Amino acid sequence: MNIYKHEFKMSINSVITWSVSISLLLLVFMSIFSALAVDAAILNETLAKMPKELLTAFGMNGMDLSTVLGFYSFTFLFCQICLAIQASNYGFGLVSLEERDMTADFLLAKPVGRSSILTSKLLAALTGLTITNIVIWISSFVYINLFRGGRTYDTKTLLLLLSSIVLFQLFFLTVGILVSLLMKKVRSVTPLSMALAFGMYVLSAFGGMLGDAKLENITPFKHFDAAYIITNAAYDVPLVLLSVSVIIISITGSYLLYAKRNIRSAV
Amino acid sequence: MSIIEVNKLTKFYGKARGIENVTFNVDEGEIFGFIGPNGAGKSTTIRLFLGLIHPTGGDAKIFGKDCIQYGPEIRQEIGYLPSEVFYYDRMKVLDLLKYSASFYKKDCTARLHELADIMELDLKRRIDDLSYGNRKKVGIVQGLLHQPKLILLDEPTSGLDPLMQQKFFNLIRQENKRGATIFFSSHILGEVQKMCNRVAIIKDGSIIKIQDIKTLQNENYKKIKITASELDEKRFGVTGVIKLERENGGVSFFYRGDINLIMKLISEQEVSDVTIEEPSLEEIFMHYYE
Repeated sequence: MNIYKHEFKMSINSVITWSVSISLLLLVFMSIFSALAVDAAILNETLAKMPKELLTAFGMNGMDLSTVLGFYSFTFLFCQICLAIQASNYGFGLVSLEERDMTADFLLAKPVGRSSILTSKLLAALTGLTITNIVIWISSFVYINLFRGGRTYDTKTLLLLLSSIVLFQLFFLTVGILVSLLMKKVRSVTPLSMALAFGMYVLSAFGGMLGDAKLENITPFKHFDAAYIITNAAYDVPLVLLSVSVIIISITGSYLLYAKRNIRSAV
Repeated sequence: MSIIEVNKLTKFYGKARGIENVTFNVDEGEIFGFIGPNGAGKSTTIRLFLGLIHPTGGDAKIFGKDCIQYGPEIRQEIGYLPSEVFYYDRMKVLDLLKYSASFYKKDCTARLHELADIMELDLKRRIDDLSYGNRKKVGIVQGLLHQPKLILLDEPTSGLDPLMQQKFFNLIRQENKRGATIFFSSHILGEVQKMCNRVAIIKDGSIIKIQDIKTLQNENYKKIKITASELDEKRFGVTGVIKLERENGGVSFFYRGDINLIMKLISEQEVSDVTIEEPSLEEIFMHYYE
């Protein structure tokens, strides 16, 4: 419990920054909706003229920007990119930051086992991500109702979309931990999390363009594709299960690797 | 009873050697010196004790229990002071020490403040505002606040001024009187000589010698340098003198034996300066290779 509290305190500033930023991002996007929706017909027409590949790249293929949820799903993609970076940051840094800053010696010389250290750290990171998650839920409902301008939307579908955030975050968090534990030393967290987040995004965006269906299936941007969820009011279950298995494998692998890990000395 | 039992302990980092077939015991209540040059494997040994790294071969038992298997349990009674101290920079000293104390079953608050007083540590400052020496003090308080049964010191005095070193050594002696066993790793022979009952000498990952400190002292050479304008170095060619060298304006040599004898020889000369000092560790090791 003490490690959990300590870890949570250390990350609280970052959690607040991310939560506020993502909420602002949603606000900016949704605030232009009421203005855009008036001319939605023209907008949709313009979009239809654009190359299909480009639309796919922005996850806008088959998206109807004139509806509340259609526009929201477009916004949600940017939200996902932020969430991916945040969760990867926490994942890559979870264990490696202590090793880089040499505080691992302090912590691991204490009377606690490796697995309970990892559990506390995981739970603390998860708490942070859940706070961001809750902020997104509240922001989404508030902004949508503020700017929908009398248009209706299906609450169930929105809930379905928002529920996908947990697994999406867990994917990047756990893959981040696993990769950081596979590395001997993580010098800097940000380039890694950027690479993972944008790499996964690019796979989903351009994988479809290249027509290679296999590669894009590994990315959670595809597993939790907002356009798909909104259009079908359902998840693509096999792909979601793929995400879940990646998460389970990453967590299991992380516990095994951390138990055996040699902590490098400062000198 | 043995507090530490090390049996053929071996650690390789990939192909690089850490330590190889290290075997020794440390008895309860001992102050055990562990001495060797940098890179000899001192820190590796201590890190193996703490379960920070895993052995490639052999094993180490503390309080009769395996270091890896019973790691969390035995660390309840271990205090560790690393050679380089690193803490969470953004924390205040008091918060860090409280965090450290929160891992132990006993209430450490009183001892925490007592130790901070002794070491003259300002508890209100942030870790990243502290000088190297002050961080070291945080390390000392952090390592001792739970009154451990075994104290592992890894080159503990670097960065401490002589006055603080003195206080620190007194503290360690008190802990020892209280019943704590001390494992003291260092590359400074002098401080080990002052503190320890027994000493193990490690070089290139292997133990060269385990010896009673008194025996080591008797065996020990002094390094003597004499400056004089006219000096007949042949006068110093007595038993116990080795490596006699003529230097610009004087002679230097190592001497082992009755100190009075050599003093007499020096006083017969017209000298302008004399220094008698402890040989460096390398120079001590020299005679293990002869």
